[in-house]
Amino acid sequence: MAGAVERPGRFGGMPFGGSGTGSPFLFRKFEQSCSVMTDDLILRITNLSKSFGPVQALKGVDFDLRRGEIHALAGENGAGKSTLMNIIDGILQPDSGEILFDGEPVTITSPARAQKLGIGFVHQEIALCPDVTVAENIFMATTNTSRKLLMNYRALEKKAAEVLGQLGDIDPSTMVRDLSISHQQLVEIAKALTLDCRVLILDEPTAALTEKEAQVLFRIMRRLADKGISIIYISHRMVEIFDNCDRVSVFRDGRYITTRNVAEIEPDDVVNAMVGRVIDELYPRKQSESEKSDDIILDVQDLSERSRFRDVSFQLKKGEILGIAGLIGAGRSEIVKGICRLEGDVTGDVSLNGRKLALKSYRDSIAEGIVYLSEDRKGDGIFLDMAIAANVSALKPEQVANGFGLINRHKEEAQAEMLGKRLNLKCGSLSDPVSSLSGGNQQKVAIAKMLSVNPKLIFLDEPTRGVDVGAKAEIHRILRNLAASGVGILVISSELPELIGVCDRVLVVREGRISGEVTGERMTEENIMHLASVGGAEATIN
Amino acid sequence: MEDAVSLTGTPQGKPAEASLIKRLLRMRETGLIAIILVLFIVMSFASPYFLTWVNMRAMVMAFAVEGIVVVGMTILLISGGIDLSVGSVTALAMVIAGWLFLNGVDPWAASAISIAACTGIGTFMGFFVTRVGLHHFIVSLAIMVIARGICLLGTGGRPLGLFTLPPEFKFIGQGSIGPIPVVILIFFAVVIGFDFLLRRTTMFRKVFYTGSNEKAAAYSGIRTKRVVFFTTTLCSALCGVAGIIYMARFGSAQPTFGIGMELNVIAAAVIGGASLKGGSGTIFGAILGAVLLSVVSSSLALLDVSVYWQDIIRGSILLTAVSIDHYLVKKRA
Repeated sequence: MAGAVERPGRFGGMPFGGSGTGSPFLFRKFEQSCSVMTDDLILRITNLSKSFGPVQALKGVDFDLRRGEIHALAGENGAGKSTLMNIIDGILQPDSGEILFDGEPVTITSPARAQKLGIGFVHQEIALCPDVTVAENIFMATTNTSRKLLMNYRALEKKAAEVLGQLGDIDPSTMVRDLSISHQQLVEIAKALTLDCRVLILDEPTAALTEKEAQVLFRIMRRLADKGISIIYISHRMVEIFDNCDRVSVFRDGRYITTRNVAEIEPDDVVNAMVGRVIDELYPRKQSESEKSDDIILDVQDLSERSRFRDVSFQLKKGEILGIAGLIGAGRSEIVKGICRLEGDVTGDVSLNGRKLALKSYRDSIAEGIVYLSEDRKGDGIFLDMAIAANVSALKPEQVANGFGLINRHKEEAQAEMLGKRLNLKCGSLSDPVSSLSGGNQQKVAIAKMLSVNPKLIFLDEPTRGVDVGAKAEIHRILRNLAASGVGILVISSELPELIGVCDRVLVVREGRISGEVTGERMTEENIMHLASVGGAEATIN
Repeated sequence: MEDAVSLTGTPQGKPAEASLIKRLLRMRETGLIAIILVLFIVMSFASPYFLTWVNMRAMVMAFAVEGIVVVGMTILLISGGIDLSVGSVTALAMVIAGWLFLNGVDPWAASAISIAACTGIGTFMGFFVTRVGLHHFIVSLAIMVIARGICLLGTGGRPLGLFTLPPEFKFIGQGSIGPIPVVILIFFAVVIGFDFLLRRTTMFRKVFYTGSNEKAAAYSGIRTKRVVFFTTTLCSALCGVAGIIYMARFGSAQPTFGIGMELNVIAAAVIGGASLKGGSGTIFGAILGAVLLSVVSSSLALLDVSVYWQDIIRGSILLTAVSIDHYLVKKRA
């Protein structure tokens, strides 16, 4: 339906709930409040578009930022938030559209130019130099533009200590590689704070922070905003947006959807606008009573690894989808990779369908039918420049070969075609490289690769990262069907709504230990975040 | 709503007939063949000697033995490695076999030992690359110098004349079956054999997986270090084979043979579509690359262009070919 993809008129009160059958007319009553005096704006973006090859990442996007406001950006992965921010920071150049900064039209040609304008960007990925001190990292940008020949390390550390003092207990002379991930994230933020910026972009800054550290950050954000600095805050966590931000703009599929005052709306409104329809449709049904079983597929007892996790015990029952939540760096992926022997030196017992396993390598794990879907699709999940069919057969090319080890092209394509149909893969030819597909279809190829060996148990690490909403819903449905057919499904995700929507039970990991478990009614973002950052027995949710 | 999220899509189709021609046109090999054909036509007008049986035969002979090394290099490049030592190792194969022969070892046994020694050098490099964790470039650079040193040390820097080689041994390098030289037959056997293996077998498919994305390959349960170890060893072993054929052809072992060979070999593979980043390349393409370079050298010689110009032109061809390819790949992406 065309209505779902059209950008709503500025004052039109368009329903962006989707098909219109029972969808709420979201936000309509607040339309009027959003007309703003132009001179109040530090940044105004109109009709911005950007394509990557055939993929249109931004389709005529509008966005404006007032002086001294904290403005949240919300949207699914692939909605275009990151592309927009990268354009504002000069990393990417738009194909068309206009950017007004402080009332002046500007072209931001590079991050250095953005910095000169007073735009600071704290990226989601930590981009620090690990072998250099905290102080030097913080002042990297200033050093770069300094005219002085020699470094004054003492002054540098003193200045760094001042900035860090607001954020937490970090010694500016330590090497960055010796810091925990949450402290590294704080250094990243400190780096941006030292810049004399007028616009500060924070891309999921709290993904690796504990609750306490996040609260400190929010206080600093508010202080900066009171000084007139404008903050763009990207987050998946509705709680954070609603507790700390002034306005929120929603993006979906590369389009601008709407901007609203946070005080006047509810989290559900934002979520629905992000998804483009009522949220229930995004997630498949949960496990039904009749599907509940006492058969244990995976039984993990006292799994430990030297530095990454300790005493991890849990069970995965037949028919259920089990989730693992936790902050970045808490050890979620490490536990799962440890079970299937992808990395780490692991001790403890792992049983599959009641039989104790003695896995030595990931090859053994594949042979037992335990496979892992990587969180980093392009980095280690797929072979981008190889054919789709060759990607699907990669786990066991022997399956499509004859006794002499000769690959049978027809068999290989038939396998890819069969799995592709099952996953509703959209592609031209199966001999095209995977790089020709969209993110969602690439992910389906990665999943087809897992399914090619008829697995008994699949670990999926961020299964819908960088996947559009439609494919996301399909992937979730596939997972539910697999679980119902008796395949063990374990999902790791940083997106709490996804875990809550898909899983029947969620384990929360904190600092390498399982700090709690939530099911049914108790599966809420608040409860999971609490377990993830406070943890421990005292945090057990009643 | 289906429109917005497009849940229903066309099912994957088979490639249409028209796209076969398109695909053929897009293939690197087609472009190379076209360039070679153009060169042939131009040269056959420019020089009456070009399109003669003698010249053709000389041209094929010129790249046939090196072509065996090109095969090894291409496979190594596909797996993500590189070998700068091919020239030295080829020379070393000649020197070891020649020295053994002069010391009374049967030439066939000497050749076998020599090929085994080269294979040993490959495993040695493989060890440093996969176990110690050094880069192929550095390891093979060191071996390039070391192997050359051993050649010079063992011969005192002078070629070993092997005048007493039995005729049945020289037959490998100098004989013909019918009108076709044995060297060319061996070359074709190696090329066709490895091309088939590379295209069809699971073993060599793992070479592609590893070169395309080593981490993803490891995450698919492929023992990537073994794969790299294998391709490194194979490349040196094929250098050994090439060295023996050269020895049979020249009737001598030359310690200074093959200096600069790595450039030719890597250039041929890269012009033929192999990527230094690994994951792509075909043996057919690499051999076409070798043919192109050989046709160019031969043409320049026939046109009386100074030999000093030849290196400059070869280097320029490499740079042009790779730049054009890079541009095309970027445009497609």
